[in-house]
Amino acid sequence: MTLVKDRPADPRHRVIGSVEVLAAVLILLVILRGPLSGVVSGARMQTWTTVFVSVLVQAVPFLVFGVLLSAVIAVFVPSSFWARALPSRPALAVPAASLAGVVLPGCECGSVPVAGSLIRRGVTPAAALAFLLAAPAINPIVLTATAVAFPGNPEMVAARAVASLAVAVLMGWLWLRLGRADWIRLPHRPDLDRASKGEAFWSAVRHDVVHAGGFLVLGAAAAATINVLVPEAWLQTLAANPALSVLALAVLAVLLSICSEADAFVAASLSQFSLTSRLVFLVVGPMVDLKLIAMQTGVFGRAFASRFAPATFALAVVAGTLTGLVLL
Amino acid sequence: MNRQAQAVVLLLFGGAVLKASLTDLHLRYVKEGLRPFLLLTGAILVLTALFTLWYEYRPRRTAAAGDDHDHAHHEPRVGWLLLLPVIGLLLVAPPALGAFTADQSGTLPAAAESDYGPLPEGDPVPVGLLDYASRSIYDDGRSLGGRRVKLTGFLSTGPDGGPMLARIVVSCCAADGRPIKVGLSGGPVIDVPAGQWVEVVGRHSAQRAKDPVNQADISYLEVDEWQPIRAPKQQYE
Repeated sequence: MTLVKDRPADPRHRVIGSVEVLAAVLILLVILRGPLSGVVSGARMQTWTTVFVSVLVQAVPFLVFGVLLSAVIAVFVPSSFWARALPSRPALAVPAASLAGVVLPGCECGSVPVAGSLIRRGVTPAAALAFLLAAPAINPIVLTATAVAFPGNPEMVAARAVASLAVAVLMGWLWLRLGRADWIRLPHRPDLDRASKGEAFWSAVRHDVVHAGGFLVLGAAAAATINVLVPEAWLQTLAANPALSVLALAVLAVLLSICSEADAFVAASLSQFSLTSRLVFLVVGPMVDLKLIAMQTGVFGRAFASRFAPATFALAVVAGTLTGLVLL
Repeated sequence: MNRQAQAVVLLLFGGAVLKASLTDLHLRYVKEGLRPFLLLTGAILVLTALFTLWYEYRPRRTAAAGDDHDHAHHEPRVGWLLLLPVIGLLLVAPPALGAFTADQSGTLPAAAESDYGPLPEGDPVPVGLLDYASRSIYDDGRSLGGRRVKLTGFLSTGPDGGPMLARIVVSCCAADGRPIKVGLSGGPVIDVPAGQWVEVVGRHSAQRAKDPVNQADISYLEVDEWQPIRAPKQQYE
């Protein structure tokens, strides 16, 4: 791939392009198939591969549907629609967008490209980011899953909804006060403007799947590594200390990168931990995790992700803990 | 990475997703309910690849537009990584989670319910591991009523070195998979290696143990007979 990095655009003078590299890679893979399966035969490596493939297989439908929705927004919904749909004052648009996220069932993998698309169509970044945080955290599917996973603690559902909505709205307002437009660098999506609608649509889908999908692979690999490397026994020693247990589960939520529709079941099974620390796990997970950080880096740029993710993490821990102290 | 290469990668990726969802392969990684979405996703990925190739290779209306906008834009290089899941699904196809996960993670705590209905008809009656553990621990085995039950799972080694039956419970995908463990006591000696799938017939035992990983209760089964079996189609519970 480095071979074609800065070459001139004329394909006729190029001997080795990406297609040729790709062909070579594929031929090598077929030849090396035997040794390759030998490498992944150990139990640890096998588990890593299974978890890696699982995270991807699980996330890809949500990513692809999110990308389709984002392409529809980019190509078929005129910018004027958003001006009419959202309150014109950004401070009001933030809670409105957060509430829109509540009713749209989605997974975090889908909402990243959708938020990027909203910003491209002129939606104020603060509102788009509030939507990005709210949509996967508090939609009906996620809240139902939470109720099912915590049959004895219905207050968990309310606490999760309140704390997550608060984080989404507060992060939106925080962006209005402190955010800088040049932190967001949406990747160049070529020729959406001069192409036909059909070409623009498929070009956007192709670009976003390849781009966000590549970062999803990075995130899935990181999550699989953590899953295999961190033995659960280590966590148990932290559960006894209230402050440490909140921090431990907050960090674990980031590292495990579990889909927001399943994290309630995992939280329910961590029964040695206090309800408050498990609430923090549920508030942090859908908003900050390894695959989300990777995808946000891909869609919005590194300058954005390196500020947005830590700020969201801190706010989510504080909001989750306070809500837990009051409601649980 | 130019557009033709992206199209080929998308075609491979979509093809791998389609292959996994058309066969039982996807059951190793996700719940069965995701299958229609996976089929749709694979089809959309393949369509995207075909449309990309079509727009790339169809005759241009104006030659100038065709030449200058081509190929060497800053197209996503990170897209090369999408070959990894293709390799994972088409060449490696890793097995469902098993003994390694069962050893590393604590057992799922049994679920407390207010009311345990009677077991279905049959002798022995097939019961899920999680159901058995819940009835055993929270109901003290009352609703098991001395009946002969048949449990299916893979073998792993218990805290006391004795044999233990385990199965991975998955709520969304294998990344959230956690084991449920049931200890085996008495009966004929079980002499197959960890990871082997077995069918065990036995009765409720009052014995209990603590999982060393997370101190959750582990219930036991008094074994009457057992036999090795092939791994079931749906390995997760």
